[in-house]
Amino acid sequence: MADENCIPINSEVDIVTARQKGREMAAKLGFSSTELTLIATAISEIARNIVEYARDGEISLSIGQQGDKRGIVVIGCDNGPGIPNIKLAMQDGYSTGKSLGLGLPGAKRLMDEFEIVSEVGKGTKVTMKKWVQNHAR
Amino acid sequence: MLVPILKQGDYLIASVQSELSDADLLKLRDDLVSRVGEFRSRGVIVDVTILDVMDSFATRTLRSMAHMITLRGAKTVIVGIQPEVAFSMVQLGLKLENVATALDLEEGMALLDRQTKGDTRRG
Repeated sequence: MADENCIPINSEVDIVTARQKGREMAAKLGFSSTELTLIATAISEIARNIVEYARDGEISLSIGQQGDKRGIVVIGCDNGPGIPNIKLAMQDGYSTGKSLGLGLPGAKRLMDEFEIVSEVGKGTKVTMKKWVQNHAR
Repeated sequence: MLVPILKQGDYLIASVQSELSDADLLKLRDDLVSRVGEFRSRGVIVDVTILDVMDSFATRTLRSMAHMITLRGAKTVIVGIQPEVAFSMVQLGLKLENVATALDLEEGMALLDRQTKGDTRRG
């Protein structure tokens, strides 16, 4: 994919960079302003998870195509401790850190597709997608 | 990026000028909580009109800030939450429980005036 953007996430300052880059890319794709905010917020939450639990990781942004749908694909990955129980981590209000426990389940609600793969001791990979709605064009 | 804090009579007005990192937000919270004492302020307005993202951390920090300012004896009003931001906060399940909000600076001032009206220290 030509239009790909990879942002290293090493500190909380990178969270702001990641969501700004995500918003920029989504704006080019023609998302509505409300959707831009949803996408930026979802990126913020998963980037925050990387900083909080893994310290180091990255967010990659790319343009996705599925049939006649076009959208943004956000992948957040880290080599952190991993999530032992994904089902639990995806529950509202569950948190082992200092957060509200709304990050992952919240990000899922903000996007159209959400997938999380994690292995304890290896790391976590979150893939989220949002498609441009036709009425937005 | 530092958030300038202006003193306007009995109130402090913090108007956010750019996207804030977590550290900036925590600094703003600490500054406001201490300045309420320094200036013997009765109310604090935080203008977030410029923010296009309010995620779980920002919401939690604003909530704890308002709580701390209450404990210091002043009122807090958050003003300027954009429609898109409000929509995304609701989707995320974020709440600003017990924190007063108002449409804009003007409404925020009016709200504080009503809340601190009859206060003998005012005038």
